[in-house]
Amino acid sequence: MPVKVRIPSPLRNFTQGLDVIEADGANVADVLNNLKTKAAGIETRLFKSPGQLNRFVNVYLNDEDIRHLKNLETPVKSGDELSIIPAIAGGCVS
Amino acid sequence: MSYVLGLKCKECGQRAPVKPLHVCEACFGPYEVEYDYAAMRGHVTRESIASGPHSLWRYKDLLPVDVPRTGFFSGHTPLRKAGRLGKLLGCSNLWIKDDSCNYPTYSYKERVVSVAVSKAIEFGFDTVGCASTGNLANSTAAHAAQAGIRCFVMIPHDLEQGKVLGSLIFGPTMVRIRGTYDDVNRLCTEIADKYGWAIVNVNLRPYYTEGAKTYGFEIAEQLGWRLPQHTIVPTAGGTILPKIYKAYREFIELGLVEDNKPRIYSAQAAGCNPVVKAIHKGVDIIEPQKPHTIAKSIAIGNPADGYYVYQAVKESNGWGESATDPEIISAIKLLAQTEGIWTEPAGGTTLAVAMKLIEQGRIPRDESIVICITGNGLKTLEAVAADLPQPEVIEARLSEFDRLLEHNKQSAAAPAAPPATLPKPTQLAGV
Repeated sequence: MPVKVRIPSPLRNFTQGLDVIEADGANVADVLNNLKTKAAGIETRLFKSPGQLNRFVNVYLNDEDIRHLKNLETPVKSGDELSIIPAIAGGCVS
Repeated sequence: MSYVLGLKCKECGQRAPVKPLHVCEACFGPYEVEYDYAAMRGHVTRESIASGPHSLWRYKDLLPVDVPRTGFFSGHTPLRKAGRLGKLLGCSNLWIKDDSCNYPTYSYKERVVSVAVSKAIEFGFDTVGCASTGNLANSTAAHAAQAGIRCFVMIPHDLEQGKVLGSLIFGPTMVRIRGTYDDVNRLCTEIADKYGWAIVNVNLRPYYTEGAKTYGFEIAEQLGWRLPQHTIVPTAGGTILPKIYKAYREFIELGLVEDNKPRIYSAQAAGCNPVVKAIHKGVDIIEPQKPHTIAKSIAIGNPADGYYVYQAVKESNGWGESATDPEIISAIKLLAQTEGIWTEPAGGTTLAVAMKLIEQGRIPRDESIVICITGNGLKTLEAVAADLPQPEVIEARLSEFDRLLEHNKQSAAAPAAPPATLPKPTQLAGV
């Protein structure tokens, strides 16, 4: 079940400059973990420990913050889009 | 001379040179400007500061800018002893730091934008921009106009007309983006990357946020080189509170003020209080919220620097509280009718929270207290419009006026005597 993952510029040196990578998985955690098969080392930037994202990494599933969903356990389906976004100021969720 | 050493990641400590970077490549943490305090000692003194200009640039040695390009009349706002309000609240040493009159667009944002626009020009950018819903957009557009640099203001498509016009008048290119403030911010990150523009609150963020320190420096200097024991600050994205605390720590570090263990308190609206919730729980994880409050300028459910607000509050032994919309409106009116200051809902929130903290006994009534007012009520007319009386219309005859006065005298809620009708803190808490 390929999911599109949007890669922000600070992480593109792990992806040979690509801004979108496809990865498989049943939920958000699986997909992010599977990124390392195509972008070795990227997991060290995303995760503080297995199952815990770094404090300043925000992940959106189809434009919704996964913390409003089921976090890393949120199920994904083919055609979904995940975005990795550095936590920047002023993010108003309205 | 510049005392800036470089950038340092607040999270993992990785260092970087002075460049338009905002996110640490190692951990995504925010970069912060690092200074050489040892070199400052003996050079940055009360006298050197006091001899500076009457603007935020008197603290230039503690800012990451070589040549100021704008903001020459920004900052240096009044710190006012609040006598009438203090009497009502039973506080003998109550002060208002009043950025509702900060020049030229009437909010604390002049401080951060003055630094960011100056830095953008120093870096050689030809375009500045911001993602905003109000105060920041107004300020960026005005300072860009003054500095003569191209400006793009990115806003959500459905903003109130007042906020739109308050930016458009300065001639920026305004882009209305279908989506929420959050969507606008995310787009701005990508715009900054692709077009190489200086988005003040995105890729210039480490420099931008330093400007907020001048709010804290001014409080200390204007109190006679003393720190207040209690400072109550509104929290939105989380920029200003940690920077006021940093300003206090820097003045202590440089020996300019005595360390009286100043406490910092966070004020949020009850309809958007992710940081206050974390403070109450004692957990440093900020759970994002979907805001529902009239305090739109501080309705940020996912505050990037919320964690640092939490840290500053905890480290200083402060606290946080939130205020409901009716409490916010009552407090706006109270400040206006006791001190003659009209603030926006963010300021009402701060005063309402200060009153709660005083009522709770967390802030002793006889200690020095500063309430931070960061924006002007004239920009948010709709917040109070329904809560103000409808004035009567009379014929141009003295007898009509006499009748009106007589009528008002008989009415208990005579508008001529506002303090008698103002809510007491105890009443407010139950609204």
